[in-house]
Amino acid sequence: MNDIPRRLVPAWLRSLLWPLIALAGLLLFNLFFTEGFARLTIRDGHVYGSLVDILKLSSRVMLVSLGMTLVIATAGVDLSVGAVVAIAGSVAAKLIVEHQASLPLALAATLGLCSALGAWNGVLVAWIGVQPIVATLILMVAGRGIAQLLTDGQIITVDNPGFSFIAGGHFLGLPSPVTIVAVMLMITVLLTRGTAMGLFIESVGNNETASRFAGVNARAVKLFVYTFTGLCAGMAGLIEASDINAADANNAGPNIELDAILAVVIGGTSLNGGRFNLPGSLVGALIIQTLTTAIKMRGVPVEYTLVVKAVVVLAVCLLQSEELRQRLWQRRASA
Amino acid sequence: MKQRFSRAQIPWLTTIAVLIVFYAGASIRFREDHFFSWPVFVNLLRDNSFLGLAAIGMTFVILSGGIDLSVGAMIGFTSVLVARLMGQHVPPLIAIAVALAVGTGFGCCLGAVIRFAALPPFLVTLAGMFFVRGLGQVVSLESITIQHGFYDAISDFSLRVFPVTAMLFLAALIVAMYVARYTPFGRAVYAIGGNEQSAMLMGLAVGRTKVGLYALSGFCSALAGVTYTFYTSSGSATAGTMLELDAIAAVVIGGTPLSGGVGNIFGTLIGVLILGVIQTIITFEGTLSSWWTKIAVGVLLLAFILLQRFLQSRTAKR
Repeated sequence: MNDIPRRLVPAWLRSLLWPLIALAGLLLFNLFFTEGFARLTIRDGHVYGSLVDILKLSSRVMLVSLGMTLVIATAGVDLSVGAVVAIAGSVAAKLIVEHQASLPLALAATLGLCSALGAWNGVLVAWIGVQPIVATLILMVAGRGIAQLLTDGQIITVDNPGFSFIAGGHFLGLPSPVTIVAVMLMITVLLTRGTAMGLFIESVGNNETASRFAGVNARAVKLFVYTFTGLCAGMAGLIEASDINAADANNAGPNIELDAILAVVIGGTSLNGGRFNLPGSLVGALIIQTLTTAIKMRGVPVEYTLVVKAVVVLAVCLLQSEELRQRLWQRRASA
Repeated sequence: MKQRFSRAQIPWLTTIAVLIVFYAGASIRFREDHFFSWPVFVNLLRDNSFLGLAAIGMTFVILSGGIDLSVGAMIGFTSVLVARLMGQHVPPLIAIAVALAVGTGFGCCLGAVIRFAALPPFLVTLAGMFFVRGLGQVVSLESITIQHGFYDAISDFSLRVFPVTAMLFLAALIVAMYVARYTPFGRAVYAIGGNEQSAMLMGLAVGRTKVGLYALSGFCSALAGVTYTFYTSSGSATAGTMLELDAIAAVVIGGTPLSGGVGNIFGTLIGVLILGVIQTIITFEGTLSSWWTKIAVGVLLLAFILLQRFLQSRTAKR
């Protein structure tokens, strides 16, 4: 029975199969049973509808999960992305509003700073040898404080058409965040699969000592993945701030690290490292957002959203657990 | 041998030194405001009692090499559960017992999933955190005020004699120190944190201890939630948001590295007090905003982690 999907499905799609089936199941269920879910309208050449909303709303988690996938593939984790999201919005807003910086300069400076914050995590993990959870915990705790310090605890409103375009604009009929995600996915895939970088990341995640002996610069690889995650989180922060035309250091990026980690896990990247699946993580992010949107549209009271989300996530994790499968298998065999 | 003994003591001796420096510094800086006084110290204990209770459970989990991210959410859930039950005229002691039982039971479930599915603790407790936070919202989206003779009596006693919340914290601390040091469970926790494989080969009940650990952490955070209701006379689903980070920070600053196996409960008390003193200093200063707390905690966390790394690499080289 296990052979059937293996023969029918081409190799590159095989690892994506289960997340895709889950997403398709969710979408099909909603297409038939949730009223108004499938409705797509075209106004002024732009496509609107809940399917497009799902793409747009999940773009932040998708961006962060791209970086997170690579970090998790090196057997690490980055908890500080939510704080970086808050810092990115605050810095960009401050530069544009208070320092009258031009938009490209403000964006470049923000993304540069966020990459530097990611690099800081990378240095702690790779050179000082701190466990990833702890190393990124520092920035997670301090980062939001820094963002609040920058904005003085206030919400900074940005009135700049160029800045609003980042989240509110359209490109080829689709919201521009979706385009940003698509471009970043392409860059990341090219970077990891077009060069040896992906191989290095996987080898470091599999066995750091062995890969070091084989001549892989494990420290540089780790520095790269954390820096890249910082960059991705910075972009997500810009989208978030642009979406509300303001920087809100207190509430930006809530639980985004959790959503991103869950997206990566659902997408089939092992938390033990050594393997990664970038499109899978994006599908994972879409599953989470589809679930959230569907819960809202089906009129389930908003207070149940978290419970449903948690149950689904736990179920997916349990399905992926090799250990549990073996235990159940043994029990059935002995009975 | 003697040298190694003193080396193991360095992290938490540093912690005590930091506490003394902070406390003495603040006492001198704010001598006109009577910082160095009994009421300020009692308030320090009272204001941080629910953080302390959660940190006690967290210490056990971290000693075993695990982590529990669901504690903050559990505080919100149990506080709102107690408030809601009492709103339905359930007697206070029964409401509290129900909350403690639910917390322990839920921790037990998390432990069982971690044990039987062999999933990483941070992932399972992350999902648990979502779930419990959601349950709290299901119980009530609004915060609920508690009005009952029992709570009036408690707050009256707290005002006149000694805060009940601080008493609960100190009592739990003594019990936890005893459990960690003198019971088979406590020794098993240290052994698992040191090396799980070896603990298994030694014939220790690794699986059972792990489930017990998360049940204990669930109980501690449920107790912290009950303490929160004593402290504020209300329950709120959003109580304890991000508190898990403070609890982890308190444990790490208290000299227990996240790799597990080393550390003690007393250090966690010092860690909690350091966080409390920082908070109090910022309140006394008046002009400093609350976000300085986060930045200060982050810097301290960094300093302690670097110190631990430095000591570890020195030990490894010998």
